[in-house]
Amino acid sequence: MATMTYRQALRDTLRDEMLRDENVFVMGEEIGVFEGSYKITEGLLKEFGPKRVRDTPIAEEGFVGAAIGAAMLGLRPVVEIMTINFSLLALDQIVNHAAKIYGMFGGQCSVPMVIRTPGGGGQQLGATHSQNVELFYSFIPGLKVLAPSTPAEASSMLRAAIRDDDPVLFLENLALYNTRGEVPDDLEPAEIGRAAVTRPGTDVTIIAYSRMAHVAAEAADKLATDGISAEIVDLRSLRPLDRETVVESVRRTGCAVVAEDDWLTYGIGAEIAATIQEGAFDHLDAPVRRVAMAEVPLPYSKPLELAALPSAESLVTAVRDTVRATGR
Amino acid sequence: MGDTKTRTPARRAKTRAAQPEPETLVAYYRQMLLIRRFEERAARAYTEAKIGGYCHLNLGEEATVTGLMAALQPRDYLFTNYREHGYALARGIDARRVMAELYGRSTGVSKGWGGSMHMFDLESRLLGGYGIVGGQLPLATGAALAVNYKGGDEVVMCQMGDGTTNIGAFHESLNMAALWDLPIVFVVINNGLGMGTTVEASSAEPELYRRASAYRMESARVDGTDVVAVRDAAQAAVERARRESKPFLLETTSPRLRGHSVVDPARYRTAEEKEALKEADPLAHFGLTLEEAGILDAEARTKLDAEVKAEVDDAAAFADDSPHPDVSTLFDYTYATPVRGVPRRLPADPVF
Ligand SMILES: Cc1ncc(C[n+]2csc(CCOP(=O)(O)OP(=O)(O)O)c2C)c(N)n1
Ligand SMILES: [Mg+2]
Repeated sequence: MATMTYRQALRDTLRDEMLRDENVFVMGEEIGVFEGSYKITEGLLKEFGPKRVRDTPIAEEGFVGAAIGAAMLGLRPVVEIMTINFSLLALDQIVNHAAKIYGMFGGQCSVPMVIRTPGGGGQQLGATHSQNVELFYSFIPGLKVLAPSTPAEASSMLRAAIRDDDPVLFLENLALYNTRGEVPDDLEPAEIGRAAVTRPGTDVTIIAYSRMAHVAAEAADKLATDGISAEIVDLRSLRPLDRETVVESVRRTGCAVVAEDDWLTYGIGAEIAATIQEGAFDHLDAPVRRVAMAEVPLPYSKPLELAALPSAESLVTAVRDTVRATGR
Repeated sequence: MGDTKTRTPARRAKTRAAQPEPETLVAYYRQMLLIRRFEERAARAYTEAKIGGYCHLNLGEEATVTGLMAALQPRDYLFTNYREHGYALARGIDARRVMAELYGRSTGVSKGWGGSMHMFDLESRLLGGYGIVGGQLPLATGAALAVNYKGGDEVVMCQMGDGTTNIGAFHESLNMAALWDLPIVFVVINNGLGMGTTVEASSAEPELYRRASAYRMESARVDGTDVVAVRDAAQAAVERARRESKPFLLETTSPRLRGHSVVDPARYRTAEEKEALKEADPLAHFGLTLEEAGILDAEARTKLDAEVKAEVDDAAAFADDSPHPDVSTLFDYTYATPVRGVPRRLPADPVF
């Protein structure tokens, strides 16, 4: 057991997997000589050389597509897209090819690749660099979308993603890279598609993922001092979605609040709310609430940015309102 | 036979290979004829509503397709656009399986999941027809990267249309292929049109092969109605890619004898243009050439034609008799690695 940052957990896992399987290689912009915009690939070029740590031109469509083609021939590329905002340039290759090749050709060829990319606002990066568009990928059958929130999950889920034969979009978060946590030695690959109850509680279920799982934990601490016992479900996998774990929790607590870092209208929370009304209708004592980013292009100004982003305080407010609405 | 115009910043054009044996020429003729009759049969089946979706034909491109495929070794990989029936045939896939794919049957090359635009066959290394213009270029580039990664000696051929040279993926892919010295031959099938738009109306550099110079990549333009010229030009590019691991851009020029797809009457073409197409028919032209050379007379051609027609009719009958995929297989190909929580619901099924 070692304590390390989310960043180091990712880096160590990449290195382990590259040592384990020589078909695993990494590619992306600035991942070699520059050692990664967020230093996830630090030291890898020195250790593995340019064949396995491939710096690419600024050509997201081109190099993501090339990774898909390499995966079709049996390699296991791990592509880094600098931030999820730039993945929009590769949307066609991800949606029309990575996600389609297995099915569209009748199961003859799989695409064992991973796209690692961080989302996240709150860094004063302005509207084009602060988005959470994981929904776009979570919408697509054929993709798997993972969103770990702790260093241990980052490690076990990246391991699973690399060994999986399907294209995996692996969502990281700028605000999580420096967070610390314990990572057990000899961590097994995670089971893809499983949510976790990360904090048991009895009064309300908070459903969150990635950065919002931390916000939810902070909110739950505050709520506990008011005598509200919140259960947290960390989704961890956005596709496939572990609906059972969500619904099973809400059936016990009788009400739910979704904490999401994307925009509310049509967002991840909308899917969770729909899931809850279909799977736990008779158990609901209050409407499902969603706490999400204000629906604006995120401003640069710090006070405006802070106002727009969901926080522990906003979540606490929504949870209190929800619990009150149950009339218990 | 037509000439090859080569633009070689670093190297002179290769001298022309020896004229092939008569049997080889007859085999090419037969291959071209098969593509012609297959496509005509497909067009008919389409009007009979046996085939759905879009259906783009290789009519006018028979010499190009045949010449290109003759230049590949069985171990080489091929990526194409959606106009790929002829490539599938020339790659050696049974006409029955190609037709069955058009009919959407489970016996089709892609088991009825791909249709006209998405033929895939691992055995013959046809790694896909792709319906998104330019989508195949990054994939093919990555396949060539994988060949190098594994230290193999296969070559990747990546086919596309003239209009495709204007999409961003073209630039990104050629740049990477040249930057990384990948064993890939990009082939632009210049049939003069992308749907109804001429090359001149869409490309600021209408001599498309010249675009390679932006990447210091060698390139050539060849008469796509001349099967031997196409084969020789492609072979030179393919073998150089194999030997030196260097990419190449080959442009072939040929007429598109009909509309963009089966349903396009091509009203944007003038009567004179349509008349001129008759003169440009590569199959008729090759037939006459073989006759003049004393290799294949009219009688022999008629015999071949009957043979090929029978093959195509048999393919259509096979397709028609083949079963549709069973609805119970609808959820079979969403993921290669099984995973919990995959929705297997038909539209009205409840979530819980
Ligand atoms: C990205 C994208 N944009 C538009 C289309 C619609 N489309 C299909 S074929 C085509 C013309 C392509 O022309 P060209 O590359 O010359 O190929 P050809 O059809 O002549 O073989 C267009 C615009 C598409 N399939 N994909
Ligand atoms: Mg064209």
